[in-house]
Amino acid sequence: MKFIKHNNVLPGFGPTMGYTLLYLSLIVLIPLSALVFKTAGLSWHDFISTVTEPRVLASYRITFGAALAAAGINAVFGVLVAWVLVRYPFPGRRLVDALVDLPFALPTAVAGITLATVYSANGWIGKHLEPHGIKVAFTPLGIIIAMTFIGLPFVVRTVQPVIEELDAEIEEAAACLGANRWQTFRRVLFPLLTPSVLTGFALAFARGVGEYGSIIFIAGNMPMVSEITPLIIITKLEQYDYQGATAVATVMLVASFLMLLVINLLQRWSRRYAG
Amino acid sequence: MPAPTTTYTRKTPGGRRITEPALVRWGLTAIALAFLALFLALPLAAVFSQAFEKGFAVYLAAIREPDTLSSVKLTLITAAVAVPLNLVFGVMASWAIAKFSFPGKNLLITLIDLPFSVSPVISGLIYVLIFGRQGWLGPFLEAHDIRIVFAVPGIILATIFVTFPFIARELIPLMESQGKDEEEAALVLGASGLQTFFRVTFPNIKWGIIYGVILCNARAMGEFGAVSVVSGHIRGSTNTVPLHVEILYNEYNYTAAFAVASLLAFLALVTLMIKTIAEWKVREQLE
Repeated sequence: MKFIKHNNVLPGFGPTMGYTLLYLSLIVLIPLSALVFKTAGLSWHDFISTVTEPRVLASYRITFGAALAAAGINAVFGVLVAWVLVRYPFPGRRLVDALVDLPFALPTAVAGITLATVYSANGWIGKHLEPHGIKVAFTPLGIIIAMTFIGLPFVVRTVQPVIEELDAEIEEAAACLGANRWQTFRRVLFPLLTPSVLTGFALAFARGVGEYGSIIFIAGNMPMVSEITPLIIITKLEQYDYQGATAVATVMLVASFLMLLVINLLQRWSRRYAG
Repeated sequence: MPAPTTTYTRKTPGGRRITEPALVRWGLTAIALAFLALFLALPLAAVFSQAFEKGFAVYLAAIREPDTLSSVKLTLITAAVAVPLNLVFGVMASWAIAKFSFPGKNLLITLIDLPFSVSPVISGLIYVLIFGRQGWLGPFLEAHDIRIVFAVPGIILATIFVTFPFIARELIPLMESQGKDEEEAALVLGASGLQTFFRVTFPNIKWGIIYGVILCNARAMGEFGAVSVVSGHIRGSTNTVPLHVEILYNEYNYTAAFAVASLLAFLALVTLMIKTIAEWKVREQLE
């Protein structure tokens, strides 16, 4: 790779790059390709009939629907939290700011059993909801709650730096031109924040779709009602149905690659805005 | 899903800004805090409350139980292998990516981020497809009596996969922002490559490394989905702490489940604390 070296005196490109590619291939690329090859071994007919079983189809609806709802909740409250954290000083703000990352740091199994307990009929929150006829634990609503929990930091941490970077002069200019605060927000600030909000939404959505640990305890896991797709994969594996597990996993993998593509495009867009 | 990149938050510039009426400010702050209290603080408090519900003696007994201790041991071993391997990779990759320019750099960064976009369940599945009885290497491993999946090596491999990008993705933007002037100066003054790295680069990225390592470690010790697929769920042998929590919970042994879970929740709090400090230090360095 001569064309790299002539304007760079730093050593070590060869060995570090070689090691990077080797380790990446061994840990990530070769194992992931195993999934693709295993699926290629299935006949098209088997593949389609496996991934369109009624129970599997229902799991897509539940997983993607709940992830969409949770990402929506996070898009609203995440932006609000980011806005408050940047703009309104209050005592303990740094502590609250650090707490926002809790869903990243708290193991999913712990989040799962805790949410299931808190939202169960006699849990801290559940006992106030149950008398009103709202059941959260062991229903699709529980899935949405768990996905909201794990997705929150994605929206806050994507939008927060953009709010910090907003130029005070833009708002001053809007005010000088006679806009009131709400008009300024709706016409000036909101368009500037949109790309980052969408990016955060997509990240939270993608995380929710793949999530397993924090959901299975609160979901109840009833086929056709509250069974998520990752659980279908696990169930098939436990029944030694490797082909079925592989087929469904491939559908999910393709979905997450599509989301990754969308997220990359959104990030490029928001960077151009922030530029 | 790629985690959002680290943000080195700055203080609001100026200080005096046009802002909303006080009533609106307080109202929005109250709603935001109520949301966080309901969704984050309350579950966190619930872990510890449930863990200590039947008193300290019961708590201690649950933690001292031999199966719990062996799960703690396995989790520590797993993290002790996975984190250093990913650290070495992270430093190597960020050196190659941040200090040199080459075609395909963005593709390489995307590939490094890939494990974040893959569902944990699939992260475990792919190793079953390779090392399992029906997998690519299954017959060979069986003939030589080597067990990888449903045993400790599989748990470690799956953990390495899910924590793969943490340190690299933290160091790449940090090293890119620092440029290579200092390293070039050191080399011109006669330092060797390794001397340059350890004396010049390392002090600059020290807090970035700590940040990446602490997050990588938290995920390594807390991973559930991927590990659940490759573990044989054998009590006292292939159960990590999160898997042990699941077993206790499914046996309706709630107090013990939450007692063990509280260890992980404590780890999460320590992680957040060190992460916050590391963020401040990195920000200080960049300014």
